[in-house]
Amino acid sequence: MRRIITMTVNNRPGVLNRITGLFTKRHYNIESITVGHTEIDGVSRMTFVVNVDDERIAEQIIKQLNKQIDVLKVSDITDQAIVARELALVKVAAAPAIRQEIYTLIEPFRASIVDVSKDSLVIQVTGEPEKVEALIELLRPYGIKEVARTGTTAFTRGAQKAATSQKTAFII
Amino acid sequence: MAKMKVEEQVRTKARMSGSLMLIEALKAENVEVIFGYPGGAVLPLYDELYKAGVFHVLTRHEQGAIHAAEGYARISGKPGVVIATSGPGATNIVTGLTDAMMDSLPLVVFTGQVATSVIGSDAFQEADVVGITMPITKHNYQVRDISELPKIIKEAFHIATTGRPGPVLIDIPKDVTTAEGEFDYDQDVHLPGYQPTTQPNHWQIRRLVEAVSQSKRPVILAGAGVLHANAADELRQYAEQQKIPVVHTLLGLGGFPADHPLFLGMAGMHGTYTANMALYECDLLINIGARFDDRVTGNLKYFAPKATVAHIDIDPAEIGKNVPTKIPIVSDAKAALHELIDQQGKPADTAAWLAQLDEWKRRFPLYYEPEEGTIKPQKLIEMIYELTGGEAIVTTDVGQHQMWAAQYYKFNRPNRWVTSGGLGTMGFGLPAAIGAQLADRSATVVSIVGDGGFQMTFQELSVIQELQLPIKVVIVNNQALGMVRQWQELFYDKRYSHSLIPNQPDFVKLAEAYGMPGLRAKTEAEAAEVLKQAFAIDGPVLLDFHVRADENVYPMVAPGKGLHEMVGVKACEELSQ
Repeated sequence: MRRIITMTVNNRPGVLNRITGLFTKRHYNIESITVGHTEIDGVSRMTFVVNVDDERIAEQIIKQLNKQIDVLKVSDITDQAIVARELALVKVAAAPAIRQEIYTLIEPFRASIVDVSKDSLVIQVTGEPEKVEALIELLRPYGIKEVARTGTTAFTRGAQKAATSQKTAFII
Repeated sequence: MAKMKVEEQVRTKARMSGSLMLIEALKAENVEVIFGYPGGAVLPLYDELYKAGVFHVLTRHEQGAIHAAEGYARISGKPGVVIATSGPGATNIVTGLTDAMMDSLPLVVFTGQVATSVIGSDAFQEADVVGITMPITKHNYQVRDISELPKIIKEAFHIATTGRPGPVLIDIPKDVTTAEGEFDYDQDVHLPGYQPTTQPNHWQIRRLVEAVSQSKRPVILAGAGVLHANAADELRQYAEQQKIPVVHTLLGLGGFPADHPLFLGMAGMHGTYTANMALYECDLLINIGARFDDRVTGNLKYFAPKATVAHIDIDPAEIGKNVPTKIPIVSDAKAALHELIDQQGKPADTAAWLAQLDEWKRRFPLYYEPEEGTIKPQKLIEMIYELTGGEAIVTTDVGQHQMWAAQYYKFNRPNRWVTSGGLGTMGFGLPAAIGAQLADRSATVVSIVGDGGFQMTFQELSVIQELQLPIKVVIVNNQALGMVRQWQELFYDKRYSHSLIPNQPDFVKLAEAYGMPGLRAKTEAEAAEVLKQAFAIDGPVLLDFHVRADENVYPMVAPGKGLHEMVGVKACEELSQ
């Protein structure tokens, strides 16, 4: 089962290594990690997406992460109302003749063209990972040259009224 | 934090070199002894040690230094301090760090590092020590700037000794030891990400009190957490108050008196029949400071199948890690036991249960067949127990001799037993004895080792001789890697692949080469005689006992089996003795 875990950590050299090493040692598989600064100086936020077999392993991951001295707070936000986003850049083979078709295709995804060359386009898309996935699948027949994805970054919504175990559908 | 005197504060604000800061910090932490080995990257530091006249033990290998520090920490309850140089010096302590991590021993380890200007250039004697030791330390640091040094040392001692104890490593580049900065050690430790819970949750304690009152067959599984929390008295008081029997893990031995009527013995792979059956049949299992290691639980599928499990542990990550737990109590063992004693719920009605356990204890004791003309290793341990009145500090390596020592030396009080549990480190026993003896100068220290493990660290005899530590080194010599041989006999059709060592060196001559008396025995009568001689000598002695080579450790829970499926159990009426 897929879990989204966020945490705040001291922004120190080696902290990412400490965290990923812990995952390796305990044989937990990481799907994605994103890291960036927070509003507090010296504190970074990490978002992990992990695939685990059961609740017990998810709990153990959180406890092990909590044991790290440089980890300030860990939360499993999977079952809460959350905002989860990913950014992807997709380079697609696109001869001038089919560019219009691609423009039309990406428009409902609110994706944008960020680079154009003689025979290719670079498309930027932001949203929940499922949406990014859907767009990439649509673009695949045109010939994808390169994909760069950031992985999910997420946090909880300000209001948790809608929080249920049912995940809320994404709205751009 | 103890407030320093005014003149000390003045001194601690002074400008000084990184090396001197380290010495001053160690003094402020009341460090009595340092175990270490010098080298290029720590020469400035060793120069300061020389000038300051700090008590430093030069072991003959860095592995010896760190195991000695572990022995010191285990007996004194204070952090063991180690210094190693960069590169090979630092990598030589990896085994000891892992050992200390597994067995929750507080260590503060300083490693030298190449100068900051060449870090990352594969310089001479450079190793990524922080990277290497990250998974085997509770926390580690590399000091990048002299201004950080006092704060880091202070944090390291705090982290190593609070919560669940463990090793902390500080990697110090050579230029940091020579740089100058202001030494301010009178500061508070501020670690928002590290706030161990030491007091139990009242509601959970209440649940445990109720569970006890309703239980008919409760048992306490006590681990080393009881010893770390200095809670042996509380454990006895609680067990007696509630009439709950106690079993110990290997590392917990001594936390509850071995001769107490409520004691059932050690549990696990080579535990007693009664201890293991108690774990199998109990309806309430109270784990205090043990981590449900697989050597204790056997196959988890059959572990305590009828029991409600309560787990008291200072490390929340241990609760529920291996065994689902109904009553989780994150706390220091002493604090939790105090609260349990105070709440005094209705004691469990354990009369029938205790009668059943007594019957098992009587019918299925630990046993071995006595034999003329040879030394039975179990008998050897019993003789040592009797000669030392059960008061000695016993250190061991890992293997058969370790299990016999755990089974046949009865530990009636805490902090007499130093062994490598979680990692199972050969070569641990001899250097650990050095540290244990330095922690308790007046104690009789017996280092019981196998002929295999002894040869991994025997160079430390030199330290024992040099410091004239009156350690009795007992080699249980079966000319084999005994436990490996036993497993090959039982599970690999007697294919003794590289486990037999028929040509051992002459250990008596080796002792003499190191300047200490060596004695040898090949029969029980000789053994009794040389033991008497050895304990009469006020100095180090090495004893080489040629024991019955094909003796196995029983009873045994085979790998993959449940605790109730022990082999090598005999009823007393079947025994010839």
